[in-house]
Amino acid sequence: MPNASPFERLPCRPQATVTVFVEDTPIEVSQHDSAAAAVLAAGLLPSRTTPASEAPRAPYCLMGVCFECLIEIDGAPNQQGCMIPVREGMRIRRQCGARDMHGEDHHGVA
Amino acid sequence: MASPDYDLIIIGAGPAGMAAAAEAGQRGLRCALLDEQEEAGGQIYRAIGRTPLANEAILGEDYYHGRALLEAVEQAGVDFRPGTTVWGVEDDLSLYVSRRGVSQRLRTRRLLVATGAQERPVPFPGWTLPGVMTGGAAQILLKSSAMAPPGPIVLAGSGPLLLLIAAQLARAGVTVEALLDTTPRSNWRRAARHLAGALRNPRLLAKGLGLLREIRRAGIPHLKGVESLEAQCGDGERLTQVRYRQAGQWHETPCQTLLVHQGVVPNVQLTRALELEHDWDEAQQCWRPRLDAWGETSRSGIFVAGDSGGIAGAMAAEQSGRLSALAIAEQLDYIAASARDRLASPLRQRLAPQLAIRPFLDVLYQPARRFLVPEDDTIVCRCEEVTAGELRRIADAGCRGPNQAKAFCRAGMGPCQGRLCGLTVSQVIADQCGEPVDAVGYYHIRPPIKPLSLGELASLNDPDTPTRN
Repeated sequence: MPNASPFERLPCRPQATVTVFVEDTPIEVSQHDSAAAAVLAAGLLPSRTTPASEAPRAPYCLMGVCFECLIEIDGAPNQQGCMIPVREGMRIRRQCGARDMHGEDHHGVA
Repeated sequence: MASPDYDLIIIGAGPAGMAAAAEAGQRGLRCALLDEQEEAGGQIYRAIGRTPLANEAILGEDYYHGRALLEAVEQAGVDFRPGTTVWGVEDDLSLYVSRRGVSQRLRTRRLLVATGAQERPVPFPGWTLPGVMTGGAAQILLKSSAMAPPGPIVLAGSGPLLLLIAAQLARAGVTVEALLDTTPRSNWRRAARHLAGALRNPRLLAKGLGLLREIRRAGIPHLKGVESLEAQCGDGERLTQVRYRQAGQWHETPCQTLLVHQGVVPNVQLTRALELEHDWDEAQQCWRPRLDAWGETSRSGIFVAGDSGGIAGAMAAEQSGRLSALAIAEQLDYIAASARDRLASPLRQRLAPQLAIRPFLDVLYQPARRFLVPEDDTIVCRCEEVTAGELRRIADAGCRGPNQAKAFCRAGMGPCQGRLCGLTVSQVIADQCGEPVDAVGYYHIRPPIKPLSLGELASLNDPDTPTRN
């Protein structure tokens, strides 16, 4: 469950919204938000733990540099949340430890 | 070989890339403009076409200047390819690009790298905790999502962008508990020698002084001469407190969001992967690709413009992008050399004051030593959790540079591919070995320069056909 303080939305011009699910909790976000922004709007901190020591981490640079925002999106692990726009019905989950190498077809190389 | 798809491919749609695209399009070149993001603007003009913020005063007029650039690109008839990641470049300038899991090869006669800047890594104890973010990240959330972080908020570091973010948050009505300024006091004395150059750009100086006034009026405590910084975690999961030392005394303050910033450095991932010549810039404490007066690199046909060629800011980036586009137009016989030089002259005049103020800013905002070569227990490589102490230990054991460090301790081997630790790893090893940084060198960056699924890579058997994993 998202449990940290969420980021706050400032007064906006009218914009289309979509509903995404962060750890199964529905949240309405702007259609232009990144998945990482949705994570912060939902208060999902930490959003992953590291493969090396399972230390807690969260989005850090939001410009595609740091890869701290790696999350599971629609079942695919290792997704760079700050580079992926939200979609209606997107399911976002915390990524814990090393990704699972078995039973899925999204093996990244780094 | 089939004829190239384009005369010019520009990588990066920030100020340099947008200005270059507008210029190239205007001169009749077949030009493509690529960006990883779904929209043009780069980080400085992020979401410029649609920023959701109702109150335009928050980001200020310099941000909305980007609208003119966006219009110029839209009118230039260039092929804008958003959401496109370049992961490899061949010797003949063929690019391997990926969009939404589909890779393809694009051919071009000239290449312009305009991949901009990234924030300098700022290692300090606790910087990996959830709740610690870069100042740039907070600004990106403001621009693209109209979002502000939860309080109590503390800003820490050095540089004009940190002051701007403090002012922007204040304009948005967001409370900033403190601005911890780590600019070493001795920098002011050294920077004063470069004041004459700075005075050639009175507009930028006035903007800086205006930001300081705004911060004071907003009642944000601006604590100068902060010597040490620690992010602390009281609940096992995220930041709860910031600890800092000022004038020899330690202080603590509750904190849920710590925004850190120590200036920006060129994003050299692509220029390194292209094996271009780079030099160590002592004033800016970073690498920069070696360029001629038109931005052409050590490999003919490949140009670099904007902050990825050395930090000079958005207004300079615009001019350097246009200069490179003109040089390319001349090389490809779209314009004569005389026309190129005539068109370049006003651009160089506009560029001059932007460059004249740099020595002042570079010296004034040179980060304190502890952020360049952190203490032993500080994590340097966030991905693989390698500390500065571990780097010093392997340097003592005979490791002579960042590439050996990969084998010694896995520094730089994680998903960010060294983007966030490369500078620090080079500087810590150089410092420990008593060598200059350029003798120690930098990571070899090899394709794919962005993580790519094996399925997508394997299916790229016919380079001319788009493939899907």
